[in-house]
Amino acid sequence: MQTRSTAHPHPLALSASLSHPGEGGSPLVSLRGVKKTFANGTTALAGLDLGIRAGEFVSLLGPSGCGKSTALRILAGLMDASAGTVEWPGSGADADHRGEIGFVFQEPTLMPWANVADNVWLPLRLRGVSRKAAQGSIDECLDLVGLSGFHKSYPRELSGGMKMRVSIARALSLRPKLLLMDEPFAALDEITRFRLNDDLLHLQRDFGCTVVFVTHSVYESVYLSSRIVVMAARPGRVVAEIDVDAPRERDEEFRTTPLYGDLCRQASRALHGAMAPDEHL
Amino acid sequence: MDATAPARIDAPSPPARPRDWSAAWKVVLPLALFVLVLWGWETYVVANEVPPYILPAPSVIWATLLKDWPVLSVSLLTTLKTTFLGLILAVTGGVALAVLLSLSRLVEYSLYPYAVVLQVTPVVAISPLLLIYLPQEAAVLTCAWLVAFFPVLSNTTLGLQSVDRNLLELFDLYGATRPKGWPAFVGRFVTRLKALWYLRRPAALPYFLAGLKIAGGLSLIGAVVAEIAAGSAGAGSGLAYRIIESQYRLNIPRLFAALALLSLTGVVIFLALSALSHLLLRRWHESALGRER
Repeated sequence: MQTRSTAHPHPLALSASLSHPGEGGSPLVSLRGVKKTFANGTTALAGLDLGIRAGEFVSLLGPSGCGKSTALRILAGLMDASAGTVEWPGSGADADHRGEIGFVFQEPTLMPWANVADNVWLPLRLRGVSRKAAQGSIDECLDLVGLSGFHKSYPRELSGGMKMRVSIARALSLRPKLLLMDEPFAALDEITRFRLNDDLLHLQRDFGCTVVFVTHSVYESVYLSSRIVVMAARPGRVVAEIDVDAPRERDEEFRTTPLYGDLCRQASRALHGAMAPDEHL
Repeated sequence: MDATAPARIDAPSPPARPRDWSAAWKVVLPLALFVLVLWGWETYVVANEVPPYILPAPSVIWATLLKDWPVLSVSLLTTLKTTFLGLILAVTGGVALAVLLSLSRLVEYSLYPYAVVLQVTPVVAISPLLLIYLPQEAAVLTCAWLVAFFPVLSNTTLGLQSVDRNLLELFDLYGATRPKGWPAFVGRFVTRLKALWYLRRPAALPYFLAGLKIAGGLSLIGAVVAEIAAGSAGAGSGLAYRIIESQYRLNIPRLFAALALLSLTGVVIFLALSALSHLLLRRWHESALGRER
C-alpha cells in the first residue's frame, strides 16, 4: 500500500480545502463502526469505518456481496445501520442531510412518462420549486452532462448512456455536496463507459462535489478515484485503502502510464488476497 | 459526447419509406369478410325461401331497423344511459377505492376480499334480488356498475403498486420533507401523497386504461343482463328488453335489428376507449408504440 501524498488539483476546483486532498480536505461525512445485518441473518457489513473528505473521489471496490452498495445506502440515509453511526461533522446531530446528497442507481431509473427536463426537475419539484423557477437549474445540469437541447426528449428515445447522463443530471439538480453512485456504468458497453468516465472526471472538476463511487471494476476505480477503498465479502469489510497519487486531470494517456498499471496491480492483489479460496474459481 | 450522441432524437416521424400496406389490410380484410358473409346469408335465405321468423335476410333486418327506428332508438338511448352511468360510477368508485387501498394497508386488508366476492358472484344471479329491493332503473344501473367496477379496481390497484422501487427510494431521498412542528407520521403521509400524485398516478395510467377497456364492455353486458332479468318480469324499455319482447312475439327481424345495435354499441365503446388509451399513452408507453423496422 502506498503512503498518502499530495495530489494536484485542477486550478478550477472550487473549494479551498481541495488543495491537499491527500492530507484531507475538511471531513465531510464518516461511517463509524457501521454494521448491517439483514432480517434473514446475512451480515452485509461487519463494522465499517470510512471517512470521506470534501472534494475526494472515493471508490468502493469489491466483489458482489461485500456490502459496498449497503454502505452507500446507509450513507444516503436510504437504509438504517444495525449498529454504528453516520457522522456529519460541522452540523447538528439531528440535521437533515438529504438535500445535500445526489444518488445515482445502476439503472437510470427515469420516469418513462416524463421528458428529460421534467425528469431532472423531479428533486426540485419535490422541494416545491416551480418548473419556471427550476428552468435555470435544469438547463445547467443538462449542460453539465452534455445533454443541452434534449429537454423535450422522452427516455425511450435515448440510448443507455444518455439515460444515465439524465440520471446524473437529476442527481446534480439539488447541487449536492455529496454525489453517491451505485455502479452507475456497470450495464453500459465499454466504449460508452470510457466516455462517461472521462465526462464524470470533468464534471467533478467543474462542479466541485465529493463523489463516492461503487464499482466492481479495478480499472474504473483506478482511472476515476483519488482514493480506492477495497472491500471483501462475507462479512463485508475494508481490506485495503489505496491513494491514487496522480493528477486529477486525466485522459486516455493515463491508462498507459506505469503508475496506472501499478495501481491496478495493487488493487487487484488486495482484492484477490481477501477472497476466500472458493471464490477464485 | 459522440459515443452516446443520439441518432434520432428529434425525429418523431419516421423517414419516408414504402407505404405500409399491413395497416390497410387490417381494415380491408375484415370488411371484405363481413360483406362476403352478408352476401352468402342473403343468397341462402332468398334461394331457400327461409321464412323471416326463422332467419330474416340482412336486407330485411336493415329495413326493420329503419322502420322500427322510433322504438329502437328510444331503447338504445335507455341502454346507453345505463351503460355510461354504470361505467362512470364504476370508474369513480374503482379509482377512489384503489387509491384508498394504496394509501392504507388497513383499508386494503379489510375491503379487498369483499371486492373479490362481489366480482366472482355472477351478476345474473344477483339481478333478480336487486330487482326486488330496488326500483327497476336503479337495479339495472347497479348491475352495470357491479360488473364494471372490479376490472377498474384491480387494474388500478396493480398499477399503483407497480412503480419502480428505485424511483420510490428517490422519493424517500428527495421528497421526505417533514412539516415543521408536526408529528413524524404527518410527514410520512405527506410524502406518501406526493408519491401517489407524482409517481403512482402516472405509473398506474396504462393499467387503469386497460381496466377501463374491459369495464366498458362489461358495463354494457351488465346493463343487458339486468334488462333481461327485468324484462322477463314484464317491465323495461332497453334494447335487451326489446330482444326478449321480440322473441315472445316472434318478431325475429326486430330481434336481429336490436342485436345489431347492441353489437354496434359494444364496438363503438371499445374503439372509443382504445383511442383514448392511445391518445394518453402515445408519447411514452410501449403499448402505444409501433414496432420500428
